[in-house]
Amino acid sequence: MNPTLGHQSLPSPMSRRGFLTLGAVGTLGLLAGCGGGKGVGDTGAQGVGGFTGGAYKGPDLDLAYWNGFTGGDGPAMTALVKKFNASEDKITIKPNTIEWADFYQRLPAATKAGKGPDVGAMHLDQLASNAARKVIVPLDDLADSLGLAESDFTGAVWGPGIYQGKRYGIPLDVHCLAMYYNQDHFDKAGITEAPTDAASFDAACQKLQKAGFETPFWVPNKWPAHLMFLSLLWQNGGAPYAEDGSAATYDDEAGVKGLTWMVDQIKKGYSPTNVDADAQYLAFKNGKTSITWDGIWQINDLDASGLNWAMAPLPTIGDQPASWANSHHFFLTELAAKDTNRANASKSFIGWMSKQSAAWSKAGMIPARNSAREEAAFTDSKQYVLKDYLENLHFLPPVPGLGDVQPQTLEVAVNEAVLQKTSVDAALSKSAANATKLMEANLKKFGA
Amino acid sequence: MASRRAWTPWAFLAPYLALFTAFVIAPVLLGLWISLHDWDFTLPGKPFVGLGNYADLFDPSSVTFAPFWNAMRATGIFTVCAVPLLLVVPLAVALVMNQGFRGRNAFRTIFFAPYVLGVAVVGLLWRFLLDANIGVVNALLGAIGLSGDTAWLSSVPAAWVSLVGVTIWWTLGFNAVIFLAGLQDVPGELYEAARVDGAGAWGRFRHVTLPSLRPVTMFVTMVTIIASANMFGQSFIMTKGAPGQETRTAIYYIAETGLQNFQMGSAAAGSWILTLALMLLSVVVFAVFRERKGARA
Repeated sequence: MNPTLGHQSLPSPMSRRGFLTLGAVGTLGLLAGCGGGKGVGDTGAQGVGGFTGGAYKGPDLDLAYWNGFTGGDGPAMTALVKKFNASEDKITIKPNTIEWADFYQRLPAATKAGKGPDVGAMHLDQLASNAARKVIVPLDDLADSLGLAESDFTGAVWGPGIYQGKRYGIPLDVHCLAMYYNQDHFDKAGITEAPTDAASFDAACQKLQKAGFETPFWVPNKWPAHLMFLSLLWQNGGAPYAEDGSAATYDDEAGVKGLTWMVDQIKKGYSPTNVDADAQYLAFKNGKTSITWDGIWQINDLDASGLNWAMAPLPTIGDQPASWANSHHFFLTELAAKDTNRANASKSFIGWMSKQSAAWSKAGMIPARNSAREEAAFTDSKQYVLKDYLENLHFLPPVPGLGDVQPQTLEVAVNEAVLQKTSVDAALSKSAANATKLMEANLKKFGA
Repeated sequence: MASRRAWTPWAFLAPYLALFTAFVIAPVLLGLWISLHDWDFTLPGKPFVGLGNYADLFDPSSVTFAPFWNAMRATGIFTVCAVPLLLVVPLAVALVMNQGFRGRNAFRTIFFAPYVLGVAVVGLLWRFLLDANIGVVNALLGAIGLSGDTAWLSSVPAAWVSLVGVTIWWTLGFNAVIFLAGLQDVPGELYEAARVDGAGAWGRFRHVTLPSLRPVTMFVTMVTIIASANMFGQSFIMTKGAPGQETRTAIYYIAETGLQNFQMGSAAAGSWILTLALMLLSVVVFAVFRERKGARA
């Protein structure tokens, strides 16, 4: 029932300058990769099956398709799968939806045991880990045959889909944090425009308090607290991790500023103390709080709740606009790659899906394809208010194992600081030091 | 005939032995083997590190030291708080249930009912009831004039009170039923004899009920200690280990390290240390119960 549960484990996060660099490096890698070199896996050349983009002509088959769309995004995906199955007589897609947290545990285990899916969708920041673990295989031939290039997509999602010179994911969407607010509360407090910076945010909170909304902005101690922190870190000009995966760098001045601001919202009384998991979102839905920062995938759930809400980009609390973002990408598993027919059928499916990016707007997401963002499905959507904000989105760098490091370190630091158990400085520096050690071990382990 | 006799018992034991070997002995040995490696099952290379994983768990400067011992401490705190209560409260409940009174069956059902729920149901239910800001518990406490702002899930020691309290509410029925079965086996003549000797209710409880329940109590104690030391679901769902990692138990740590972070070697080493600690504790419990028996004999 609680849609936020399905997303708690969205593995998180990353930096923009790094992104651009990566994009550039990635593109070079892609060009270099066109010679048809060996894939990372034992499965041989990139582009298993020699996919050329044409319709699938092999024998009839069922494809196992795994994804984690358990929240407000679920019905939109189910509808797309139905549409594909109706349009295609040789391929039947059998979807299996698993909560993201379990998904990232089960996918490697199932695939290694030969029981995994043929095709699936995962987050951009998990691609590198799964590529390094040889769970998924390169898709350069698919990208080539579909004629996809970096220029077709919003900047930062293309580059990080490349790991060690090969493309592992085909982007579907972009999703980020946004600011939701209760329109009725704003009207009552006489706020006519969504706050856009630290000063107007503070003024809005004070007006809301005067209007009788005692705690207008709840700061959570769990999800999505770490995503708020990452957004604020980027806003202050910082970056969470070195792009080469060698160190955690979020304990610098930018990080301290960002996390201090979060704690200050509690000290100023805008937020109650000890906001437990999911409480800030439930409180927002029930009109107990006026503003909340959460993922744009909550749009459908908020609509269904009947609340009079509106959405705006995150206010720029630091020096520059920025928000944490992630992206869903399609992948092909090593299992499917072992069978030419399965591989080709899977690629037809991915190719078809990637063109449905606009219809996927119904899930509350922003289409990754530039062309799709001009279609009515997106321009009529609530998330359309973020159209000019895309260049401010930041992703985690494509470092294998980072998804495992972050919950043990950064998320704990944010939790301790928000609960005011540990000072911001101490929490960040201890956790960043540990994260660096874990990242060094990962570099060794994955041989990067 | 003789040779037939020799293999007959083995034939009867074989099915169980096969299962025991496949599902207990082999995994235990494999676990030991894994704990000597840097074991990520998704990677082809699983370098042998000898006792390195164990050394890390005992080296204060390693990344694994603090989280692991913090988790062991959390397990210790929970066990020490929960076990005595899980013995005393169910015993009291069993004593009452053993009396003849109207509505006794309804009473028994009420106490046993929560036990049939899964940990996910119990955890989610209490997570929302105990929420510091939007939960019913704080709202009720506030309504009757008590402090309504206790952070039941995100501050210590309140989080321990929640975890222990919920666990007792959830599992006391099981222990109570075992105690009840034990109580019903106590011969009535003993009570009559005690009564004739002039023993009051307390005297009868001390000198008849408790000694008669000794084997049952020992069983319940062992089972409860092991169950408490394996606590995972409650903190995983209710507190998510918060605040910080204070309520993250050893099993929670092991599951996270091995299954989520793919550091099977380190997780296996951690679970061996936990196992050894539990074995030691079991020996102590046996010794405690045996000594008393000897003293009385």
